[in-house]
Amino acid sequence: MIQADHLTKSYGPVTAIHDVSFNVDKGRIVGFLGPNGAGKSTTMKILACFMAASGGRATVAGFDVFSQSLEVRRRIGYLPENAPLYGDLPVAAYLDFVAEAKGVSRSLRRSKVADVMDRCSIADMQHRLIGKLSKGYRQRVGLAQALLGDPEVLILDEPTIGLDPRQITEIRALIKSLGGQHTVILSTHILPEVSMVCDSIIIINRGRIVAQGTQSELVQQVFPAARVEVEIGGPPAEVAQALKALPGVTSVEATVSGDGAARIVVESPRGRDVRGELTRLVAARGWELLELHKVGLSLEEVFMRVVAGEEHAPQIVESVQGTA
Amino acid sequence: MGWLPIFKKEMRLYFGSPVAYAVATFFLFIAAFFFAPSFIQYAEFSMRSAMQPQMGQTLNATENILRPLTYNMAVVLLFFIPMLTMRLFAEEKRSGTMELLLTYPLRDGEVLAGKFLAALTLYALILALTLLYPITVAWFTKIEWGAVLTGYLGLLLIGGAFLAVGLFVSSTTENQIVAGFGTFGALLSLWLLGWFADSAQGALRTVVQQTAIIEHMDGFAKGVIDTKDLVYYLSVIAFALFLTLRSLDSKRWRG
Repeated sequence: MIQADHLTKSYGPVTAIHDVSFNVDKGRIVGFLGPNGAGKSTTMKILACFMAASGGRATVAGFDVFSQSLEVRRRIGYLPENAPLYGDLPVAAYLDFVAEAKGVSRSLRRSKVADVMDRCSIADMQHRLIGKLSKGYRQRVGLAQALLGDPEVLILDEPTIGLDPRQITEIRALIKSLGGQHTVILSTHILPEVSMVCDSIIIINRGRIVAQGTQSELVQQVFPAARVEVEIGGPPAEVAQALKALPGVTSVEATVSGDGAARIVVESPRGRDVRGELTRLVAARGWELLELHKVGLSLEEVFMRVVAGEEHAPQIVESVQGTA
Repeated sequence: MGWLPIFKKEMRLYFGSPVAYAVATFFLFIAAFFFAPSFIQYAEFSMRSAMQPQMGQTLNATENILRPLTYNMAVVLLFFIPMLTMRLFAEEKRSGTMELLLTYPLRDGEVLAGKFLAALTLYALILALTLLYPITVAWFTKIEWGAVLTGYLGLLLIGGAFLAVGLFVSSTTENQIVAGFGTFGALLSLWLLGWFADSAQGALRTVVQQTAIIEHMDGFAKGVIDTKDLVYYLSVIAFALFLTLRSLDSKRWRG
């Protein structure tokens, strides 16, 4: 549904994005993740036909964003960063203007506007001037205008910014419900949001895509090893030695906890569960198993590794890009 | 029909804020300032001529009151048009709404047409209000309506040309104040060009004279529709709108 091929954009001497390529299938929700200034907004502006790329090409719903921009614009709903709106117009009048601009026929306009106001829960504010609304309401008016005209593709630049926790939950649920019929691409730097809402993730840093895939794919790419953290009551050096010798264990990392017990992180190849062998070993030696848990590899860790690790360990990034 | 939603939105913004009312009041006030003294003077003059009939031969209400009024209103437009156009693109660029506007399925030309026609309509409405003055004169004496309406056609054309220039200047900046002053400066330069014609020689003199925007108002004020004046104003409008389109297009490239 959305295809970007080697997109490049430079503002004068500054390169905002470099060689960005990705693919989004119909009905999927894709999260664009990256630190500020990574090039998320630039990519979205190009896809939304606001800006022309300096190099490469992109298609949305099979139409080229540059040469068939009008066709693309008929099929997208776009919410720019910070939801720029006309402060001097009341909500309902503004949405009516958007519906008309998007070519919604006169007879359907009123019901379509009422429908999106309902879905974004702004109906009770429809006669207020947009300029007088709080940030959360403005953001939802922005989302409502993107939804008008039932676009096949939604491009949402930080849709939940400035909302309170309850509104965030509502908007996330709304976006999640859009998946299936609509193809959604959204940017954010709130990591849990991506895990909750998106089917797959594209991580972008300093203008380049550094990793892409579903969350579990990303975790596997970035951390090939599974990790278990244990706390065992027993002589620390001996415990570490014994664990290291256990079949399937590739490495151990030992620290001594405050009360003299051994605190150890055990790594094994992904898919090889060593917890059974580990507990039997502890029991056989007569030590005490004080704690045992799998270290969950969150998106946060993946993100930190991929983004922060770029300066320290470029080889990791290369291998990730290769398999993505 | 893509221009219609833009047109409606701009009209709503004009009338939803004090802009339309403030500009209309200001324009009518200044126009009255020019109208009232010449009207009163004319009335006194015609009263005296009732006693000395030979004086009455030069009395002509259209020529003595309305022709200078048309010309003076054209001068007032220099100050007044930038206020109508400065917001149109600069504000959208500054607030970022331009980004949304350009991603709706509308051609740049339709966006421009909607904005231009909205400004032109508001201007025409305000101009129509000034018809009050010729009607007042017509109440007391006979006037030549043909000449008066030709003057109004001229005002509509010169206003349209000013609006087009204003739109172009507004499309080049994000700052309304810069857009306003820029437009005023551009219009004033086009106006003052006429003064320099006298010091120029030969062909250059003709070129400068014909480029000056006010020169072409003379015919209309007299009640003469000359093709060259008509073509002049229409070309200024077309050229300025064309430049605006290019300016919008360049925005897409620069981002």
